[in-house]
Amino acid sequence: MKVAISSNGKTLDSELDPRFGRANYFLIVDTDTMEIKEVKENIQNINLPQGAGIQAGKTVADCGVEAVITGNCGPKAFNVLQAAGIKVVTGVQGSIRQAVEKFKQDALQFSNGPNVQGHWA
Amino acid sequence: MKELTIISGKGGTGKTSVTASLATLAPSRVVIDADVDAANLFLTLPHEVLETIPFEGGHKARIDQSLCIQCGECVDRCCFDAVTKSPGQKSPGQDAQDFVEEYLIDPVSCEGCKVCVHFCPADAITFERQICGEKYISKTDNGPMIHARLGIAEENSGLLVSQLREQARKMAKDHDIPLIITDGPPGIGCPVIASVSNADAVLIVTEPTHSGIHDMVRVKKLADQMNAAVYLCVNKADLNPDMTLNIKKFCSENAIQFAGEIPFDRDVIESMKMGQSLVQFSRGPAALAVEKVWQNVSEYMKKTMNRLL
Amino acid sequence: MILTVASGKGGTGKTTVTVNLAAIAADKGIQVFDCDVEEPNSHIFLKPENITSREIGTMVPVVDKDRCSLCGECEKICQFSAIALIAGRIMTFPDMCHSCQGCVMVCPEDAIISGSRVLGTLKTGTTPGGVDLTWGELRIGEAMSPPLIKQVKKRIDPLKLSIVDAPPGTSCPAIETLRDSDLALLVSEPTPFGLNDLALTVEVLKKLNVPMGIVINRADTEDTQTGLLDEYAHREGIDIMQRFPFSREAAMICSRGEMLVDKMPEMKALFQELYGKIALKLDTIKNREDRP
Repeated sequence: MKVAISSNGKTLDSELDPRFGRANYFLIVDTDTMEIKEVKENIQNINLPQGAGIQAGKTVADCGVEAVITGNCGPKAFNVLQAAGIKVVTGVQGSIRQAVEKFKQDALQFSNGPNVQGHWA
Repeated sequence: MKELTIISGKGGTGKTSVTASLATLAPSRVVIDADVDAANLFLTLPHEVLETIPFEGGHKARIDQSLCIQCGECVDRCCFDAVTKSPGQKSPGQDAQDFVEEYLIDPVSCEGCKVCVHFCPADAITFERQICGEKYISKTDNGPMIHARLGIAEENSGLLVSQLREQARKMAKDHDIPLIITDGPPGIGCPVIASVSNADAVLIVTEPTHSGIHDMVRVKKLADQMNAAVYLCVNKADLNPDMTLNIKKFCSENAIQFAGEIPFDRDVIESMKMGQSLVQFSRGPAALAVEKVWQNVSEYMKKTMNRLL
Repeated sequence: MILTVASGKGGTGKTTVTVNLAAIAADKGIQVFDCDVEEPNSHIFLKPENITSREIGTMVPVVDKDRCSLCGECEKICQFSAIALIAGRIMTFPDMCHSCQGCVMVCPEDAIISGSRVLGTLKTGTTPGGVDLTWGELRIGEAMSPPLIKQVKKRIDPLKLSIVDAPPGTSCPAIETLRDSDLALLVSEPTPFGLNDLALTVEVLKKLNVPMGIVINRADTEDTQTGLLDEYAHREGIDIMQRFPFSREAAMICSRGEMLVDKMPEMKALFQELYGKIALKLDTIKNREDRP
């Protein structure tokens, strides 16, 4: 399965970025092979005056992932991901490798809603 | 790490004075001045500016006069009345009939929507991100202070507040600081929402006046919408004891933790003049009352769950 | 003509000055506009009757899915992420929208219809003394107050004398309120915070080209800070038009939502004097404008 993980760096040993909309990178990982399929820069969204969550949601939806693993996901990003049929796991910490391993062992639960509020309206 | 935001609805109830004292009493904290267009905290907390960072706000449109063909398309398209036709520069000796008018975009009115840029048939409109102010990272006795100065007649105060809070969270995380205290702006609009969003708790500083109570009720509703725990203290409480009683009643009926009342005390202004926080400057009745407020607030905060990871 | 009462710092007495001036000038057919739509308070003091109330909205896009061809042009022009093409469908985020109409203008299929987001309510009423009051009340949770302020200001009759109560601060809401004023009255208090924020507001008004005068509230002639305010006003060449002394009694009266001009004759005299000076100043400004 292809998943997107918000990340501080570009490798499996990088730390998961708790922010979704303003994450540094998204790593697109194939959970079966543990291979990084794609590294998506998110720098253009970090500096957006507003709507970073929406744009980040679009970015990962365009990568054709089935799930997103992140720390905090706001209401607008959650709506976008839901509309794109992407499942979301929030509240994850640690390295990208640990996050994917836990995900594969079904140790992570999909969220029913956003776990934080927007950064500003 | 927990975040406490101080708000009031009505301006001038004493948010900044209370914040400065709490920031002095908290053993280790990051303090933010989120009232970015009328920042005052720096005047009452001794500090040293360590770093100055330019603040990039939104984009603004600007017409390149050498490319403009005077068609007026931008005037018709702008929903913010930002484009005006005005007399251009007349060079000496130029005849009246050769004298051209210029289309100009008022940067204060420009919303940054890019509609004029898109529709300009001569591609004469540029669209650039503006530097709208400065952010500061300062050092104080018991932790960093994050503050800013919004440029004159600049906007994007909500964005600036979000960036200050992001910076504060990063510093709190890097230096293992357990508490962020934010001095919020008055009102209930954009920068207030940006100050309260994702805070664990808000402390409402109100005053026993009709206006104070009216505004406190509105700001409490906002805090409820944002799911923050709500604490409240009454400043200048002895000014109208009956109204202070009414406020306390409102608190108990609306699940607000009452954090204390602060009497009117000239030491508040005296400490401000000395550039110090009240508790640093004075041992008078107001200072002692603020210490009590701090004890209550930190007690309540212990019981409030961490909202962010 | 428009007189706007502003301050930068909150709680310096803008509303107190606005409502008491209005009471003094009630027989001159004066109108009051409370543009502090986030926290309007003038009505607490003026106690208007026959209140009318209407909801004010702002345009947001609604997509007609039958006509939409999913071309994505709307998303490209939107600078606020209020409309986006996601996984083969158009999604809108009404609370992000700034109502620029860009998406409506670019849509090749005319598939975007104007919907509405509630900004707040616009209220009007008349005081027993005959003062017309118009005020806005921003919906709690709404971030953008300037469009509602614009709606309040639209009701200003340019032929009458209007007093506008401005919001605190120096950014968008204050600017929206202050622009096009004929005169700004800056209510300041002799404290370091008051002086700091007064100076910021003066800079804004210079940029907006609005003439100004200063009122010192809670003034104390023995006090060094009042001296600093005097010095600042002198340096900037701005008139100090009145000084209201610090008074516990006045604070009590205001806390109950009552009018100083009704309860304290000495305050009434000061307001009358202030109104006289304002009327003179507005006359001078008007004559200057009328000159060819």
